[in-house]
Amino acid sequence: MAYAAGVDVGSTQTKAVVIDEQGEIIARGLVDTGANVVQAAQNAFDQAITSENIQLEEVEYVIGTGYGRYRVTFGNAQVTEISCHGRGAVHLFPETRTVVDMGGQDTKAISVSESGEIVDFCMNDKCAAGTGRFLGAAAAALAIPLNDLGDTALKSSRPVKISTTCTVFAESEVLAWLGKGKKVEDILWGVHKSIATRSAGLMRRVGVNRDITFTGGVSRNAAMVTALEEKLGAPLNVSDQCHYIGALGAALFALDHIKSSRSPGVMEDSTCTP
Amino acid sequence: MQDKASIVGRGNKEGASLLRGWFSSLSEAAERGDKAAYVFVMGSMNELLKSFDMLISFPEITSLQMAVRHVAHEYLQEAEDYGYSPDICGYVKSDVALQLRGGQHPMGRIPKPSLSVITNACNTYIKWGEIWERLHKVPCCGLDVPGHRQLGVHSQPGDEQFETDRAFVEVQIKELITTVEGVTGQKFDIDKLRQCMAYTNQMSQSWARLLELNRTTPAVYNALTDGTIFLGVANGFRGTQEGADYFKNLVEEMEYKVANGIGTTTDEKHRISFVGVPCYPIFRRFNEIFSEWGGTFVHSTYLWFASGGTNRGFQYDLDDPIRSLAEGTLLSVRDAMDSMFDQTTILKTAIDDYGLDGVIYHPIKSCRTVSTGLADSRRQLIEDTGIPTLIIESDMMDRRVVSEAQLKNRIDAFFEGLNSRRQQAVVRGS
Repeated sequence: MAYAAGVDVGSTQTKAVVIDEQGEIIARGLVDTGANVVQAAQNAFDQAITSENIQLEEVEYVIGTGYGRYRVTFGNAQVTEISCHGRGAVHLFPETRTVVDMGGQDTKAISVSESGEIVDFCMNDKCAAGTGRFLGAAAAALAIPLNDLGDTALKSSRPVKISTTCTVFAESEVLAWLGKGKKVEDILWGVHKSIATRSAGLMRRVGVNRDITFTGGVSRNAAMVTALEEKLGAPLNVSDQCHYIGALGAALFALDHIKSSRSPGVMEDSTCTP
Repeated sequence: MQDKASIVGRGNKEGASLLRGWFSSLSEAAERGDKAAYVFVMGSMNELLKSFDMLISFPEITSLQMAVRHVAHEYLQEAEDYGYSPDICGYVKSDVALQLRGGQHPMGRIPKPSLSVITNACNTYIKWGEIWERLHKVPCCGLDVPGHRQLGVHSQPGDEQFETDRAFVEVQIKELITTVEGVTGQKFDIDKLRQCMAYTNQMSQSWARLLELNRTTPAVYNALTDGTIFLGVANGFRGTQEGADYFKNLVEEMEYKVANGIGTTTDEKHRISFVGVPCYPIFRRFNEIFSEWGGTFVHSTYLWFASGGTNRGFQYDLDDPIRSLAEGTLLSVRDAMDSMFDQTTILKTAIDDYGLDGVIYHPIKSCRTVSTGLADSRRQLIEDTGIPTLIIESDMMDRRVVSEAQLKNRIDAFFEGLNSRRQQAVVRGS
C-alpha cells in the first residue's frame, strides 16, 4: 500500500495527515509547534505513522505546508497553506466555495472553485487582530484555559462590545470590562463577536458563497462557530477534521504527485513551490 | 551588424552610469555650495529649467535611492524623531531627514534647493514644497494643472475648454520663467527651450516604442527592475541630448533582442503586470520571489504614471514652444493621473497586447494617493476580464512594514493557483 502525507506546521500547532490512494485519512498526528520547528514536524509525522503502524517506506511522498513548510526537512516539496486549505476543504465538503481558516497568527478567507482551485484569497496583514491570538490574549487576561473559552462564552446573556481590533490592546480592554463588573462570559462572547466581525469583513473581500467551510484550530471553538454563523447569516461546515484540513490538502497534493509520476503522459504536478 | 555582447545589457549599464553621473554632479554642486531645482515626475518642467542650465534634483528619486540602498529607515526614524507622523509619505520624511543632515545621501550629497516646481497632481507635492519654502526660504512654484482627476473624460486640443485650460497653464509657465530668471540671474532663451523640447520629443517617441516592444514573447526587459532604471533616466535626463541618445540606443537594443528572440529571462512561464509603486526596501528580492516561479513583469503601470505621461509619445510643436509646453503638460499630467487612478482601462488592453497571465496589485502604506481604490480596481478587473490577480501590501520606503515572509506566502499561493489553472486547462483540452 502506498500512502501520501501532509505536514502542516502552524504557529501554534503542527498537524500531520496520512492518506491512502483513495484520499481517505488513515492517520493523524498533532503536536505543539514550540521553538523547535523541525522537530515538531518530525514528531507530528512520527505520531501519525506510528498510530497506525505505517512503515516509513510506505509513505511515498510528503508535502510540507504552513508557515514552517520549509522546515519539514524530510518532506519532498512545499505548498502554501492557502492552496492546502482550499483543496482539503473541498475534499471534505465538496460543495465548499468559501473557506475561512482561523489559526494562531492569521485568518484567511479563501474562495475556491468546485475542483478546489484557489479563485481568490485574503489574509490579515502583519497584525494578529481577528485571529486565534486575539482569543489567546483574552484567555490570558481572564485566566481561562483556551479549551474552555467557547463553552464559557456561550453562557453569555448580555455581551459587551469589544471595540479594539488590536490583539495587544484587547487585554487591557478585557481588564477594563472586568473592572466595570461585567461577567466573564459576557466579555468573552463580546471577544468572539469582535473576531467574527473582522473575519466576515475579510471574507466579504473574496466574496461569501455557500457552502462555507470553517477550518483551522479555532474551528474547534463552538462559540466562534456560532458567532461567525450569526454574522454571516449562513451555516458553516465544521468537522473534527477541520483542524487538520491544511495537512489533508498537502497530503492530497502529495497523492497527485504519486499518481502523476506513475502515469507517463499525465502532466507533472506543478503546484509545488520550485 | 551589432554583436550580442556589445548590445545586450547596454541599456542597464548606460542607465546606471548616467544615474551615477547625475548624482556625482549633484554632490559636486553641493560641495561648491551651488543649489539645484527640486522638481517632481509629474509636470517637472525639466525642459524649461534645463534651458537655464539648472541642475535638477528629483526628491522622489533621491528618496527611493535611500530605500534601494537599505538606509531609508534611518532617515525615516530621524524625521519621526523630529516630529513627523509615521503615517506621512515615506518620500517626504526621508527628504526631511536628508535636509536636516545637510544633504548627506548614500549616493553623495544633495544640494539645497534654489526653488521648487510642484504641480497639484499629488496633494503631497504641495505640502512638500512648502517644507522647503520654510526650511530654505526658496520659492515654491506651484503649477495648477486643471482637470487631471477626471479619469479619461478630458477635453482635447481644439475644444473650447481645453484651450481655456491650456491658456491657464501657459500663463503659469510664463510666471515661472520670470521667477527662474530672478533665481538664476539669466535671461530666458527661447531657442534653448526649443532645443530642450526637441530632445524630449525624441525621448517621448522612444519611450512609447519601448513600451510597445515588451509585447513580444519572451519579454525583452523586466518592467519592474529594468523599468525603474529607465524611469530614472527618463525623468532625470528629460530635455537633454544624453537622455534622447540613451533612449535611442535602448530602443535599438530592445529591437535587437526582439529580432533575435533574446528574453530578459530564459525561464518566462508567467507574464505578469505590476500595478503601483515598487517595494524598494527589498527591491531585488521582491522581484526574485516572482522570478523563482518563472513570473516575469512584462508590464507595469509605473512605467505609465511615473514617466509623467511620456508614454503618450507627445510631440511638442517647436514653432510655438511655450504654448506647446502648456499643451504637453496638460495632456501628459492628465494621462499620468489616469494611469494611476484608472489602471483598469490600461490593463484591459494590456491583457491582450502583452499576453498577460496575471496582475499584481501593490498598495503601499506610505502613499494613500496611489493605493486608495486599488482593491476596488482589482475587483472590477476580475469581474470584467476574469484574469487572475493578487493584492499584496508593503511599502516603497519603510522596511518596518515590509514582511518578506508574508509577501512570499501570498505570492507562492498566487503561482500555485496559476499553475493549477494551467494544468486544469490542459486536462480539459486533452
